[in-house]
Amino acid sequence: MKGGWFRVYAFGYLIFLYAPIILLPLFAFNDATIISFPLTGFTTRWFSAMFDNPPLHLAVKNSLLVAVTSSVVSTCLGIFAARATTRYNFPFKAGLMGLIMLPLVLPEIIVAVSLLVVLLGIGINLSLLTVIFGHVLICTPFAIAILSSAFQGLDRSLEEAAYDLGETAFSTFRLIILPLVMPGVISSLLIAFTISLDEFIIAFFLAGTETTLPIYIFSQFRFPKAVPVIMALGTILVCLSIILLTIAEIFRRRGIAKAGGKDTGGFL
Amino acid sequence: MSAEKPTTPVPTMPIPTMIEFRGVQKYYGDYHALRGINACIRAGEFFSLLGPSGCGKTTLLRTIAGFEGISDGAVLVDGKNMAGVPANQRPTNMVFQSYAIFPHLTVAENVGFGLRRARLPKAELGRQVGAALEMVGLSGYGARAAHALSGGQRQRVALARALILKPKVLLLDEPLSALDKKMREQMQVELIKLQRQVGITFVLVTHDQEEALVMSDRIAVMFDGEIDQLDDPETLYRHPTSRRVANFIGTMNFMPAKVLSEDGGRIEVEAQGFGRLTLDAAQASGAPSPEGASIGFRPETLTILFDSQKAVDRDSMATIEEVVYYGDMTYYDARLDGMQSPVRISMRNVFGRPVLDIGARARVAWSPGALVLFR
Repeated sequence: MKGGWFRVYAFGYLIFLYAPIILLPLFAFNDATIISFPLTGFTTRWFSAMFDNPPLHLAVKNSLLVAVTSSVVSTCLGIFAARATTRYNFPFKAGLMGLIMLPLVLPEIIVAVSLLVVLLGIGINLSLLTVIFGHVLICTPFAIAILSSAFQGLDRSLEEAAYDLGETAFSTFRLIILPLVMPGVISSLLIAFTISLDEFIIAFFLAGTETTLPIYIFSQFRFPKAVPVIMALGTILVCLSIILLTIAEIFRRRGIAKAGGKDTGGFL
Repeated sequence: MSAEKPTTPVPTMPIPTMIEFRGVQKYYGDYHALRGINACIRAGEFFSLLGPSGCGKTTLLRTIAGFEGISDGAVLVDGKNMAGVPANQRPTNMVFQSYAIFPHLTVAENVGFGLRRARLPKAELGRQVGAALEMVGLSGYGARAAHALSGGQRQRVALARALILKPKVLLLDEPLSALDKKMREQMQVELIKLQRQVGITFVLVTHDQEEALVMSDRIAVMFDGEIDQLDDPETLYRHPTSRRVANFIGTMNFMPAKVLSEDGGRIEVEAQGFGRLTLDAAQASGAPSPEGASIGFRPETLTILFDSQKAVDRDSMATIEEVVYYGDMTYYDARLDGMQSPVRISMRNVFGRPVLDIGARARVAWSPGALVLFR
């Protein structure tokens, strides 16, 4: 059989990748506090247990605040950067863009530790605001990557045509450019939101006494009784992430099609 | 040039100038893109900027629109210096090479885009958009999504969108280059009609000499950031002032020649294959070149004589060296006795007349009056 071993390899790879995630909903609905086989019965009580859990609610609220703020801020920064790189030439452009994209590959713990040292050094108290700083830093490269492909697909004459027809630079941006890159903007917002929502290391170092959802989950693992609830929570988060990323990709592709360009690859 | 020209000037109304270039220079860093352009474009004419790619024709067009600043000189539109006037306040509108149709808007929204600022009542806006669409033959297309249109339809929408603002000048940047041959020829005719109908000054950029000849009232031929010749199509074709203009527009044969004597209005020339000739001074072009003088002539100015046909002027014997059959036309490469290389002759194919074979001997009629002398 031609390529037989490749199939086995691909199949094994997928199992390795997704089996742990499939276990999550399995134990979230299992009627036992201990995470082990055999399964003992079906229950939804781990899900209902989440409803009267004030610390969890606080963590969710904090996480949503951080994720919404950092996705909006990083998308705005991404729009500026993507616009600048696709329209203008400036000295050291490639080098500068490389530096901006670097947090994408830097070890997150190094970023987190350095940020902590700097923030403490200049005397800024740790809070959700410092978490937002950190998250903007790691989300911006993703935003730039997504938005650059949206801006690149734009024909420059579209802008010139609007300007030629009497619009100002600002109204041209609002009436022509923004609607055409909007799918990219939405895609960027959703991906940055997802990244921020489940980011642990930076939040752990920079949150001070505040908790975000990942920090809460991590802290709960010390208590065996809480583990099934975390499984239920994890199930919801996985579903939410998949939904958000799918929507983001749909918007990204629609944006490319709208601008009449070819798909040049994305994150999904 | 022609002998029938009246000797007393006929009084005519002076045609007002719409666009004037005064010593326009443009540098991109070290690159000298426009080297002192001086030209006037008349109000209401169909004017073309023709030249090979990289000659600066698009740059020159964009200086009118205001998308390109100039390094020195001045661009005047309708008598006003455009220095410091941004593109969105100039009385010009542009049709882009890519058409630049806004893909997220409908056809009507595209066409009415320029009227947005005028804040017209809805009925009036609809009436004007409808009229503009009718003008370009797209009545009833208003509600269509712009991205679903064909190339020719996009072209029309771009025209309607630019003309709805009633600009003083319409700028067209290679508007037909994206269309196939049939569509292009159809649009050429439509553009000419449209220009006559609206009476607006059209400035067209093209690298297609045939397109320029067909459409324009006057053509500026550009090379290396300079205008080589500015004339009406017929003068450009019949009397090019330089070898490169002659080469760029249509086909021209060149034969080495020697100027023997110049005496006021008469020039005595010795040309290969033609022998000694006396030419009118008006037939001479350009400044003396290092390559030496040559005689230039179009393929259709030579005629192969069949059977008992008589030459009107002069004739020579020639050997056919190559035959290219085009259906309505046949191109012959023929070497007139005494020539070192063949010249191209184009003949209209007439019913009942054979196409000559390679190696055949033929009598070729020519006329000294159709020759151009490049010094």
